[in-house]
Amino acid sequence: MNTPLRRLATITLVMFVALMASATWVQFFQAESLNTDPRNVRTLYREHGNARGPIVAGGEAIASSVPVDDPFGYQRVYPQGDLYSAVTGFYSIANGRSELEKYENDQLTGRSDQLFFTRIRDLLTGKRPEGAAVETTILPAAQQAAFAGLAGQGGAVVAIEPSSGRILAMVSTPGFDPNVLAVHSTSEAAAQYRALLQAPGNPLRSHAIQERYAPGSTFKLVTAAAALESGSYTADTAVPSPTTLTLPQTSATIGNFGGSSCGGEQVSLAEALRISCNTAFASLGMTLGEDALREQAERFGFHDPELTVPMPVVESVFPSGLDPAQLAQSAIGQRDVQASPMEMAMVASAIANGGRLMTPFLVDTVRAADLTVVSKTEPQVFSDAVSASTASALTQMMVGVVDSGTGKAARINGVRVAGKTGTAQTVEGQPPHAWFTAFAPADAPRVAVAVIVENGGSMGNEATGGAAAAPIARAVIEAVLAS
Amino acid sequence: MATVQPHRVRPGRGTELLLLVPALGIGIAGYVLAGLGATGSVPPHVIAYAVGTTVLALVVHVVLRLRAPWADPVILPIVVALNGIGLTMIYRISIAYAERGRSEAGIADRQLAWTAISVALAIAVLWFLRDHRTLRRYTYTAMVAALVLIVLPLVPGLGQTINGARIWVRVGPVGMQPAEFAKIALAVFFAGYLVTHRDTLALAGKRVLGLQLPRARDLGPIILVWAASLAVLVLQRDLGTSLLFFGLFVAVLYLATERTSWIIIGLVLFVGGAGVAAATFGHVGARFDVWLHALDDEIFSRDPGGSGQLVYGLFGMANGGLFGTGLGQGRPDLVPFSYSDFIVAALGEELGLTGLIAILLLYTILVSRGLRTAIGVRDGFGKLLAGGLSFVVAFQLFVVVGGVTRLIPLTGLTTPFLAYGGSSLVANWIVAALLLRISDEARRPVPAVRAIPTPDIGIPLSAAGRSRPVGGGRSTGRTGTPAAGTPVVVGDAPIRTSTPALDTGPVPDDSPTQHLGADALLQDEPATDEHDTDHRGGETR
Repeated sequence: MNTPLRRLATITLVMFVALMASATWVQFFQAESLNTDPRNVRTLYREHGNARGPIVAGGEAIASSVPVDDPFGYQRVYPQGDLYSAVTGFYSIANGRSELEKYENDQLTGRSDQLFFTRIRDLLTGKRPEGAAVETTILPAAQQAAFAGLAGQGGAVVAIEPSSGRILAMVSTPGFDPNVLAVHSTSEAAAQYRALLQAPGNPLRSHAIQERYAPGSTFKLVTAAAALESGSYTADTAVPSPTTLTLPQTSATIGNFGGSSCGGEQVSLAEALRISCNTAFASLGMTLGEDALREQAERFGFHDPELTVPMPVVESVFPSGLDPAQLAQSAIGQRDVQASPMEMAMVASAIANGGRLMTPFLVDTVRAADLTVVSKTEPQVFSDAVSASTASALTQMMVGVVDSGTGKAARINGVRVAGKTGTAQTVEGQPPHAWFTAFAPADAPRVAVAVIVENGGSMGNEATGGAAAAPIARAVIEAVLAS
Repeated sequence: MATVQPHRVRPGRGTELLLLVPALGIGIAGYVLAGLGATGSVPPHVIAYAVGTTVLALVVHVVLRLRAPWADPVILPIVVALNGIGLTMIYRISIAYAERGRSEAGIADRQLAWTAISVALAIAVLWFLRDHRTLRRYTYTAMVAALVLIVLPLVPGLGQTINGARIWVRVGPVGMQPAEFAKIALAVFFAGYLVTHRDTLALAGKRVLGLQLPRARDLGPIILVWAASLAVLVLQRDLGTSLLFFGLFVAVLYLATERTSWIIIGLVLFVGGAGVAAATFGHVGARFDVWLHALDDEIFSRDPGGSGQLVYGLFGMANGGLFGTGLGQGRPDLVPFSYSDFIVAALGEELGLTGLIAILLLYTILVSRGLRTAIGVRDGFGKLLAGGLSFVVAFQLFVVVGGVTRLIPLTGLTTPFLAYGGSSLVANWIVAALLLRISDEARRPVPAVRAIPTPDIGIPLSAAGRSRPVGGGRSTGRTGTPAAGTPVVVGDAPIRTSTPALDTGPVPDDSPTQHLGADALLQDEPATDEHDTDHRGGETR
């Protein structure tokens, strides 16, 4: 019986080797996908059990983890509540996470590959792992000015440093208090989440980067840029500007705001921008053609589904396959043209930076718990949107808008501000969206900003970009220049 | 002219005592680390725990010195280590349960009590069962006992259905899973029956398609017992135990008949049976779904019969990764039944792949020592019993760990020595005691009086001595080739009148292949020799 006993021993050995192989399969080869499985609450528990790194703006933590005496060990707190909700997002046991809490999660938890050696050291010293600190580019004064300006109104503000692409302010209203979602009671957190999902104004969604709006007259900057880039136009070139423009092959017409005239049958391009003459830009758009407009829009960042700051920015759209009537409407930012507030801030930023568009970014530095720098974002060129001469011409035209045109509400004593208003028609019967995009100082820009006040905000049907949005842009510019 | 000369064998009790130090150390250190990791402080009762487990292990050791001095010195330390690891993990999970106010918080203390009871019963087996062959007298008693134990949970008022399986018996406050004890009874019955019928089973019968089929009247009783167990277990929905008994049956049948055809027949029967069961019984089919599509959302959230528990276990093991979270630092309490069926997942989480493989290696050594005992022991009954019991341990582990790691469908069995549960712990300690008892027999050197000068039957020295090069290698006990015909007395082998070879005893060794002469001679080779003691028995085939 010894021969079969020996064979039986071999069989048991094979069985055990198979067990070791399958354990290895689960714990080594499959571990990554199992650990990231959305049904695996362990990852969340483990992160709560460790010190999650803070999110910092201007040297202050706008999200941090404090030790508490419950099974999780740490509570995420947001000292400024809804002021930074568009930047930090939330971190919740019941509802997951959003914005920087989501897109910088690997750094905040310390699981990023860049933190490998920190982790190994923590492992060897038996220290509880700590996440890295994410330092944002946000300038708290600018953020507060934007938030105060939007108070009580739905909308968004994005401010960018034109020379680098650093995002100085990013506000979305209505915001939400991330603290209520971070509570450790799953049922309470879930109830709060449901309430926010149903709340008016969609507070959980970032209006600054995740919503698209008709850009209205602010899009005239793109049309003007396309005209100047074509080589056939200068700021002084006369363009047709009838009081009403009958659209080809239709009976529809385009008029000017309030039905006013643009001051003659022909005005200069600069004058058309200063008074935001619709008929002039509509006919200009038809002359330039769809391709020229779309190519110009794309150089400013339209049609880029990959843009992240590191949160993904919704793709802005300039439609194609337009008939002349649709083209005329699109040239003035109506019809199916759709842009995010971030995109319009990029347009202003590119003009401010001599035509060179820098890629916007929100994370400046990532620091490990011992303060060593893990990574620092270097500014990157997104595109050369327009030539320097076009940028210079557009700047002069935009200064005219603020000095004596539709954007006078953005004037600042002693500072030349370049801007463009927009009052975008939405659906019939709804107040228009009020836009303003600007940069300053015009000769050495330090900040470019885009503001949208949804559906006229507190001004309702009386709202225009100049009245509702320009003062907010002005406050943000002042805050940046004062710092 | 040839003389067989047993090389010197040490009883091994010193080695055992030495090995018990790290074995106990693992359990005690683990206990402290689990407390530190989970609560940040040393468990308050650690001294009592350390003293208690040490005393228990030492008592077994002393009993072995008195009653089974030649027993394998590795078996007890491994069992102590595994039991300690299990206690550590159960203690660690009980801390988590206590923190969350769960009712299972008392499992650690109860398992400690069960450990004491198990050790006491193992000692009783070692003390009162002086010779494992005594058990052969109870072959049919064992059969009846096995059947009664298996049927017990179906008795109204006695049996209890827990988590869909009716495998529990409750009398007053004490609950038990009779199947754990039935496996021992079955191993005794299979060994006793097959050792008597092995030749008729192996040789009589038709050949069909190159397979030697046994006669029905030889195979009948054993098939009947096995089929009855299976039928009842199917009624109880206890797939794991059915599989375990089937594996035991096939393995012992193969050992007894030495015919590979049994493995083939067994596998065919099994695959067919599994297929039929999967198609017929909803709960069996569900297990297959869970196995094949565990991570599908639909299967994951199906209730009942979903893969939730399995997947939570996989999550736990993945969380442990290569080196584990550390004792007390994981979340094994997130896995349902992590203290019993899924203790392997809990160990994988907190000790990592490294720890899990170390534990599997402990089992590998334990099983190989058991099979080594089977090879070494001289009587057929002992071989079958030791082989069967060792295989049961190995197969049970395979079914559990294979189920938890998704190598095979999950069937629900306890991990020997590790998992929470009185019946399982007691039964496995009794298995260990039986293996120790048989190994005492296997390793005891044949007394010098048996090393008689043999008549010259023309076997060249090289053939008789081929199991070990003459005077060579690591056989330190061998002092050289003795002069032909000189009886050799091995110095320190105790001469006992009750030595098995002389003891015709109540149970004669009925190996029909026994001959005088060469075979008798070779049988006297020491059990610890690394070669077959009866490799010549094959000549009669």
